[in-house]
Amino acid sequence: MLRFFVNKLLLVLPTLIGITIVAFAFVRVLPGDPILLLAGERGVSPERYHKLLVQFGYDLPIWQQYFNYVIGLLHGDFGISISTKRPVIDEFLARFPATLELSVFAMTFATVIGIPAGIISAVKRSSVFDQLTMGVALTGYSMPIFWWGLLLIILFSGMLHWTPVSGRIDLLYFFPPVTGFMTVDALLSGQKGAFQSAVSHLILPSIVLGTIPLAVIARQTRSAMLEVLGEDYVRTARAKGLTPVRVIGLHAFRNALIPVVTTIGLQVGLLMAGAILTETIFSWPGIGKWMIDSISRRDYPVVQGGLVLIAGIVMLVNLIVDLLYGLINPRISHQ
Amino acid sequence: MSEQALPGAPARTINGRRQMLAEFWHYFSKNRGAVTGLVVFILLVLIAVFAPLLAPHNPDQQFRDHLLSPPFWQDGGSLTFLLGTDAVGRDILSRLIHGARFSLFIGVVVVTIAMTGGILIGLISGFFRGWLDTLFMRIMDIILAFPSLLLALVLVAVLGPGLINAMIAIAIVYQPHFVRLTRASVLSEREREYVISARVAGAGVLRLMFITILPNCLAPLIVQGTLAFSNAILDAAALGFLGMGAQPPTPEWGTMLAEAREFILRAWWVVTFPGLAILITVLAINLMGDGLRDALDPKLKQS
Repeated sequence: MLRFFVNKLLLVLPTLIGITIVAFAFVRVLPGDPILLLAGERGVSPERYHKLLVQFGYDLPIWQQYFNYVIGLLHGDFGISISTKRPVIDEFLARFPATLELSVFAMTFATVIGIPAGIISAVKRSSVFDQLTMGVALTGYSMPIFWWGLLLIILFSGMLHWTPVSGRIDLLYFFPPVTGFMTVDALLSGQKGAFQSAVSHLILPSIVLGTIPLAVIARQTRSAMLEVLGEDYVRTARAKGLTPVRVIGLHAFRNALIPVVTTIGLQVGLLMAGAILTETIFSWPGIGKWMIDSISRRDYPVVQGGLVLIAGIVMLVNLIVDLLYGLINPRISHQ
Repeated sequence: MSEQALPGAPARTINGRRQMLAEFWHYFSKNRGAVTGLVVFILLVLIAVFAPLLAPHNPDQQFRDHLLSPPFWQDGGSLTFLLGTDAVGRDILSRLIHGARFSLFIGVVVVTIAMTGGILIGLISGFFRGWLDTLFMRIMDIILAFPSLLLALVLVAVLGPGLINAMIAIAIVYQPHFVRLTRASVLSEREREYVISARVAGAGVLRLMFITILPNCLAPLIVQGTLAFSNAILDAAALGFLGMGAQPPTPEWGTMLAEAREFILRAWWVVTFPGLAILITVLAINLMGDGLRDALDPKLKQS
């Protein structure tokens, strides 16, 4: 078991190094001089230029620059934002809870609907419900979510006035962030209506971000269940005269769960790509919007730092899923 | 050494090929969704090819007297502009028809680049193994570690916004899937008897790679190709929507949505139709992909 864990960790290491190389190279291959980019429109005098060159270590050989960059990363130095002059890591940590909160809501929405829908589809294979669900799932999978978000805004915010158009909470409410999660902070603040406001702001973005995962989970649950339902032990359980609920819930679903859990875990990368679009549409102040704003503002240190942080998080979650998979399914870890 | 003499090499004779096609069509046509997808896709291709003939107006012509006029069935709409006009008075239907060209073009180019590169790298990796394989696979791992849209965005930021660069970026991001698939199939095929017998018969490395092994790895690659096709259309539209893909006034669907965003609460049609066009296209291709997978995957055939 330990060897399995160590092996997995060793496999991750080269990728992690690769990520830092990509991020490091990104700024170097950009057209234009990095110092002039930093200086902005006004430009710099030759003396100041040279001073900055030495200060940022651009006069060193390239491998030494990379080495210093990695040492910096290990010390938590992800660069300084050009536009705000604040450390990238601070900006990241300030926005990350917003994205995390949205992702948690989106994944909850996707799982709570996707898994039961998938199970019923598998059990009632080829029924009207099955065909309808799979049709909807494929539509959801094909959805341009940036358009889907706009449509929901037109319908629920524009026509029905049920939900707010953008942001995390009404401007009426103000309280210091404690956890960074708006729903939790709203409850902690004790202000009347704050929690409802926070939740109502979360509904549409969660649906939009959760749509593709929902489709993937429903399809995956269905095919995993179909595979399991044909197994001998399920037939045995049926033959023993167990109720269908017991057979499906206890015997079949628990075995179908493993690939489904893996699928859910592997959605993280997809979720980050979706967060960029969802946060842009709903002006959600998370890391997705932060990244796209920084790209259009040419705030390259932020893009560089954000790349490493986001890829690092995605890798970490995938690694945890991998390890959990080994724990749930001992057959994997002994290979 | 004639080709037919190689024992075990499947699907070599013309007859066998025809039989395989017939069998493929048998399974594909049983899937109603897949056939619907195919019909819609063919229609889209026809629309794209004959766009200048079909479009009622020039997609870039601005009718200054008809700004934001609604579709014909709504009050104030007219039959001149069936699906209405946008904020500068351009006919939406004509722009959508011309947009089909861009979307299909994007799909074709991205899949061609990603697939060619992916197959080449995958074949080399799977065939030669060793340090080259390790190196290629680590590079693919690195590309896969980034969320695809984010990496595409950053690549476009480096290359400069525009349709061509967006396509290159998306192709790079999709490459690893083809590499991994090809490599996995090559690994499982290369020790099979027909490959060994071809090797013994004196077939060269290139012949072994491209003529003996590759045709037998194609099924999963074709399925992945359709998937990449629809995803490429979605991602290119997303890049266009974020202002990093095709630039205005190109009638690309994602770019049209970006231009329409500020009118969402005033003119629903400028937002609704381009997105609907994306959805229909992507859905049609995905339906086809599902049918292709069922027809090409022998494991599912019996069920």
